[in-house]
Formats: sequence, C-alpha cells, structure tokens
Amino acid sequence: MNLPEFLDMGHYAPYVWGSYGVVAFFMVVEVILLVTKRRSLLKSITRLARLNSKN
Amino acid sequence: MNFFTKAFWLKLSSPKTFYPFAGKMIPVFMAITVVLTLVGLYYGFVLAPPDYQQGDSYRIMFIHVPAAWMSMWIYIVMCLFAIIGMVWRTRLSDMMAGALAPTGAMFAFLALWTGALWGKPTWGAYWVWDARLTSELILLFLFFGFIALRAAIDDPQRAARASALLASVGVINVPIIYFSVKWWNTLHQGSSVGLTQKATMEDSMLTAMMVMTFAFWAYTFMVAFMRVRNEILEREKNSAWVTESVTQRVSEKVEGK
Repeated sequence: MNLPEFLDMGHYAPYVWGSYGVVAFFMVVEVILLVTKRRSLLKSITRLARLNSKN
Repeated sequence: MNFFTKAFWLKLSSPKTFYPFAGKMIPVFMAITVVLTLVGLYYGFVLAPPDYQQGDSYRIMFIHVPAAWMSMWIYIVMCLFAIIGMVWRTRLSDMMAGALAPTGAMFAFLALWTGALWGKPTWGAYWVWDARLTSELILLFLFFGFIALRAAIDDPQRAARASALLASVGVINVPIIYFSVKWWNTLHQGSSVGLTQKATMEDSMLTAMMVMTFAFWAYTFMVAFMRVRNEILEREKNSAWVTESVTQRVSEKVEGK
C-alpha cells in the first residue's frame, strides 16, 4: 500500500483522521496545559518564598 | 517499601509523601504511554486488515472503545476516591478525585466524538438518541457537574463532601451505559469484547484495541499525577515543605547552569 492510498483510508479519510486528530489534539493539549500550570505555580511559589525570606 | 502494611499507605496518603512519589511515576507512565501508543497504532493501521463490511472506517474503534472504557472506569475510580475522602476526610483522596475528573470528561467527549465520526458513514447519522449514546452523554454532564460543583464551593472540605455526594448518586449511570446495549434494543451494537465471551474479531484488531486501552490507561495515570501535583502545590503553597522543595529545585537549576 502506498502513502496516498493509506491516507485515503478507503475513502473514509475525514472520519478516520478526524477521530485520530482530535483525540491526539486533546491529549497533547491536556499535557501542555498541565505543564504550563506547573511552571506558573513554581514561579509564584518561588516569588512568595523570596518575599518571605526578605522580611 | 512494604506495600502491604497500613503504615505504608497512611504515609503515602499524605500530600507531602505523595508529591515526590507521583513525580517519580510521571516519566514512567509517560514512557509506557508513548511505547504502547506506537505499538497500538502499528497494529491498528499496519497489521489489522480492513473490515469486510466497514472497510477502513472501523479503525476508529481502536480509539473509540478505549476512550469509552476509560470514561466509565475513571468515573468509578473518581467516585471511590471521592467517597473515601468523604468518609475518612483524607485530603489526598479528594484531590485525586478532582485530578481525575477533567481527564474523565475528556475521554467521555472523545468517545462521543469518535463515535459520531464512525456513526456517520456506518449508520448514516452523527447522532441518534440511542440508549448508549444518551447515557454516555449523561456521563459527560456528570463529569461537568462534578467539576463545576467543586469549583463553586470555596471551602475545600464542603466542596469535597458535596461533590462526593453528586458523584456517588451519578455512579448508577455507569452500569446503565455498560448494559444499555442489552437492556434496550436500540441502534448501538453489542460488545465485541467481554470477560465471559470470546472476542468476535480478528486477533490483530483485538490486540490493537487492547494495547490502545493500556496506552490510555497509562496516559490517565500520567496526567492524573501531574494534575494532583499541581493541586498539592496550589493548596499547600504556604507550607514549609513546598517552599523548601521548590526553592531547592530552583537553586539546583541555577547551579546546573
């Protein structure tokens, strides 16, 4: 099977890739959001710690 | 570490001990997720032949079925954690319930989404008010309700109790989803895989589906641990151990440069 034939998915391409694409998108975005959230939490905790150590 | 002693579990259930433990587990589950996903996709797209009736559209099943299974399974586990948190007032159980909810909602949505995209070419409709589809939609709303209720109540203890109550009332929906294809003779087909029956599909198809299920399982562990660590940091940001571990981490980074 060649690549265009594979991508065509027996004429079901929009349905198959629409499913896999959205699932992959959600799973990747969820991880990115969690990492972003963690970074901002770490930043604010560091800032808080610095503020407290100065006082 | 002795997994069979009460002391071990008591210690692990404290956020301070669980935080580094979860941190160590995240890369492990990430590796499992990546490897199993690649294996599952290889089976699903290369080894599994087209279906004799549905052609290639059935390949959607390799993510549809795992997503639907995970949405139900996550709901049950979330509910158990919520009840444990309500009965024994353990903070970590409540946090775990909260950490699972968004991922459960995501899988419920993805089950509906992939089901719709499979339904259009196969049934001729994206959506029908079939018993299974409707009960899965209710599951999605139950996840939303659980998340919204937790967010709406400021006091964490009251939020935990109220949402645990909601979760445990809603758990009745899970067996309804599972048995809906037997109880009501509507459009959604019966299961092709079960504990008490032989799977009615080719081995490579079954392997693809099972491997993807375990991939989603590992993924769920990974993101739940990530989210619960964020939640711990947020709730305990004023405690000494959080400040200490975070500043230590920062200073290690600076020295590393």
